[in-house]
Amino acid sequence: MGGLLYNVFIDPFMQMGSAPDLLLQVLWEGFVSGTLYALIALGFVLIFKASGVFNFAQGIMVVFGALSLVGLIALGVPAILAIVMCIGIMAALAYSVEKLVLRPLVNQEPIILFMATIGLNFFLIGLGELVFGGEPKVMPTEQLGLPTGSWDFDVLGGLVIIQQLDVAAAAVACTLVAGLAIFFNKTRIGRALRAVADDHQAALSVGISLNQIWRIVWFSAGIVALATGIMWGARSDVSFALSIVALKALPVLILGGFTSIPGAIVGGLIIGFGEKIAEFYWGPLVGGSIESWFPYFLALIFLLFRPQGLFGEKIIDRV
Amino acid sequence: MRFKKMALGIAAAAMLGGGLLSGATPSNAEDQIYIPLLTYRTGPFAGSGTPIANGLHDYLTMLNERDGGIGGVKLAIEECETGYNAQKGVECYEGTKGKGAVVYNPYSTGITLQLIPKAPVDKIPILSMGYGLSATAVGSKFPWTFNAPATYWSQMSAIIKYIDSQDGGIKGKKIGFIYLDVGYGREPIPLLEELSKEMGFEVLLVPVGGKEMQNQSSHWLQVRKEKPDYMIMWGWGAMNPTAVKEAAKIRYPMDKFIGVWWSGGNVDLRPAGEDGKGYKSTNFHSTGTNYGAIQDIIKHVVDKGLSQVDKASVGDNYYNRGVMNAVLIAEAIRTAQEKTGVKAITGVEMRVGLENLNLTSERLAEIGLEGFTNPIKVTCDDHAGAHPIYIQQWDGKGWNKVSDWFTPMTERVRPKLVAAAEEWVKDKPDWETQTCE
Repeated sequence: MGGLLYNVFIDPFMQMGSAPDLLLQVLWEGFVSGTLYALIALGFVLIFKASGVFNFAQGIMVVFGALSLVGLIALGVPAILAIVMCIGIMAALAYSVEKLVLRPLVNQEPIILFMATIGLNFFLIGLGELVFGGEPKVMPTEQLGLPTGSWDFDVLGGLVIIQQLDVAAAAVACTLVAGLAIFFNKTRIGRALRAVADDHQAALSVGISLNQIWRIVWFSAGIVALATGIMWGARSDVSFALSIVALKALPVLILGGFTSIPGAIVGGLIIGFGEKIAEFYWGPLVGGSIESWFPYFLALIFLLFRPQGLFGEKIIDRV
Repeated sequence: MRFKKMALGIAAAAMLGGGLLSGATPSNAEDQIYIPLLTYRTGPFAGSGTPIANGLHDYLTMLNERDGGIGGVKLAIEECETGYNAQKGVECYEGTKGKGAVVYNPYSTGITLQLIPKAPVDKIPILSMGYGLSATAVGSKFPWTFNAPATYWSQMSAIIKYIDSQDGGIKGKKIGFIYLDVGYGREPIPLLEELSKEMGFEVLLVPVGGKEMQNQSSHWLQVRKEKPDYMIMWGWGAMNPTAVKEAAKIRYPMDKFIGVWWSGGNVDLRPAGEDGKGYKSTNFHSTGTNYGAIQDIIKHVVDKGLSQVDKASVGDNYYNRGVMNAVLIAEAIRTAQEKTGVKAITGVEMRVGLENLNLTSERLAEIGLEGFTNPIKVTCDDHAGAHPIYIQQWDGKGWNKVSDWFTPMTERVRPKLVAAAEEWVKDKPDWETQTCE
C-alpha cells in the first residue's frame, strides 16, 4: 500500500525534479498537441454555436482538406495555388452543406441535425476514398515551405529537442485560434453568430440571415480542418486515421463547454498538457496507453464541479 | 406517384439482380473455386491493407487470365471490405461462406480469433499467413487453422535471436516493445516475457491505443527516458509511419529499431523518408518485380487494367506479401486437387491441400518465383512451421536485405506453442482435434 502511494503521489514528482529537461519536453509536446486540439475544438464550437449541433463530420473534414491539398500538389499544382484551391473546396463544401443538408432541416430537433452530420461524415468518407483512394499520402512539407529540422537546447542539465515543424504547427494553430476568436467576438458577423446561438427565431426576426451565418461557420470550420490536416498530416501521414485525431476534441469540448471559444482554447491546452503528463509520469503505473481515456477522465472531473463546462453558459430553466 | 413507381421498380430490379448474382455462384459452383478475400482498402488501416489486397487479388487474377484458373477450374475471387474491424469481418464471413468458400484469409488477428471456432463447424479452413493465434500452429489441436510460414511467437523469437547475435548478446539488455494495443499487438507478449526470464533481458512494454496511432509523442518520450538498447515494434496501419517519425524525433538509433513483418511496408517508411534510414524489419519473402510470376501479373493483369494497383507499386513489400499469400492459396488448391482427385474443391479438400503443402525450391522456380521465399512445408502436426526469415533495412528510399535467412528459436518456442494449444482446448470438451502420425 505504501509503495503504491509512493508510486502515485511521490515518485512522479521526484522524476519531474530529477529530470527537468524531460518535464520541459513533455510540456512542449503537450503544448503543441493542446494548440492543435484547441484548433479542432474551435471548429466544433463554431458550428455548435450557430446551429446547436455537434458536427460529427469535423474529423473527416480534416482528412478531406488534407487529401485535397496533397492530391492537387500531386497533380502539379503549385503549393500556394493548391492551398487557395483547397480553401475554395472548403467554401464549396460549406455552401453545399448549408444548401443541401441544413436548410431543409431548419427548425428540426438538434438530434436530427446531428444525424445529418453523421450522414455527411459517411458521405465524405466515401467521396474521399473514391477520389483519393484509401492509401496514406505523404504531406509535401518542402513544397509547402514547412520546416523539417530541429533545434537542440541544452537546458536544465539535459537536452530539449524542439521540432521546427511543431513550432510551425503551434504558430499556425495559435494564429488561427486568435484570428477566429477576434473575428467572432469583435465583428458584426461575430455578434450575429452570438445572436443566432442564443435564439434562431429572434435572430431571424431582426434580419440576421441564418443561411449566411451557417455558411460562414461551416467555412470557418473547413479552414480549421484544412489547417489541422496539413499540420497533423505533416507530423505523421495523411490518411483516414487523421479523423480519429479530430475526435480528441470531444473531451476538450466537454471540459471547455460546447459554446465557448475561450473554453475551446483553454480546454485544448489543459487536455494537451494533461494527457502528455499523465501518460508520461503515471501511464507506466497502469501498463501505459492511458492517453486514450485520460482526457475524458479529466473532463469528467471538471464536469463534477462545472456541469456546463469551464466556460459554458449556465443553463437555467424555469420549472 | 411517378417517383414512387420508379423507386419500386428500381428496388424490384435491384432485388432481382441481387438474386441473380447471388444465385450465380451456387449454380456454377462445380466449375469454379470460390475464394472470398477479407480485405480492407478503407479506414485507418487502409495504408497497410490496400497493397496486400492488390497483391492477393492480382496473383489469383493472373492465374485465371494466364492459365484459366488452377487445374482447369476458374477461380471466383470476391473481396469483402472489413475495415480491419472484427465485427465486419465476421459479417463478411457469414455473408460469403454459403457461396462455397474454400478458405478464409482474415488479415486481422482479431477477425482470426473470431473465425477459429467457426472453421471446424463450417468445414472451411483459415489461413492466417504469419499472423493470428500462435497456438494454432499445433495442427493436432487446430486442424482447421493454418499460420505458415511462422507464428508471431516464432517471429518474436527470431528477432530476439537476431538481437542476441549483435553487440555481445542480449543478456542484461533492455528491450522495448512498442505495440498496437489490440489482439495482434498483444499476441507475442507472453513469449517475450518468458524469453526475458530465460535469456536474462529486461522488457519495457509501450502500448499504443488505436486512437493514439498518430499521436505517439509521449510514448516515445517514455522510450527516451528508459533508454532501451533495442526497440521492437508490432505496429499496423497509421501507427507505423508515426512511430518511425517519432523515433527519429527523439534520435533513437534506427538500426536498433526492428519491426515485425507487418511494420515493414514501403508505405510505412515513405513518410519518414531519410529520417527512417537504418530502420529494420523482418520479412519472409523478397521485394521487387524481378520474378517471372510478377512479370506475368504486370502483363496479364496490371497492363490489361484488371488491377487497382498503381503500376509503380507492384513489387513493394506489402504488395508482394499479398502475392505470397495468394501463392500459398494457389499451391494449396493445386495440392488439394492432386491429393483428393477433386478439381472444383471445397473447404474440406482445401484443408487437405493446406496440410500437405510443400513449396519446394523447385516448385518456386516452376511458378516463376525462384528465390522469392524460403521453401515452406506444412504438416499435420505443424501448421506453421518455423520457417526462416531475414532482416531488411530501409535506406531512405527502399528496402535492402541485410541478413541471411535464419530460423527462429524453434526448440524454445514449439513446447510453449504446444502448451498454449493444450490450454486453449482444455475447457472445450467438444473441440475437434486430430491425431497426427
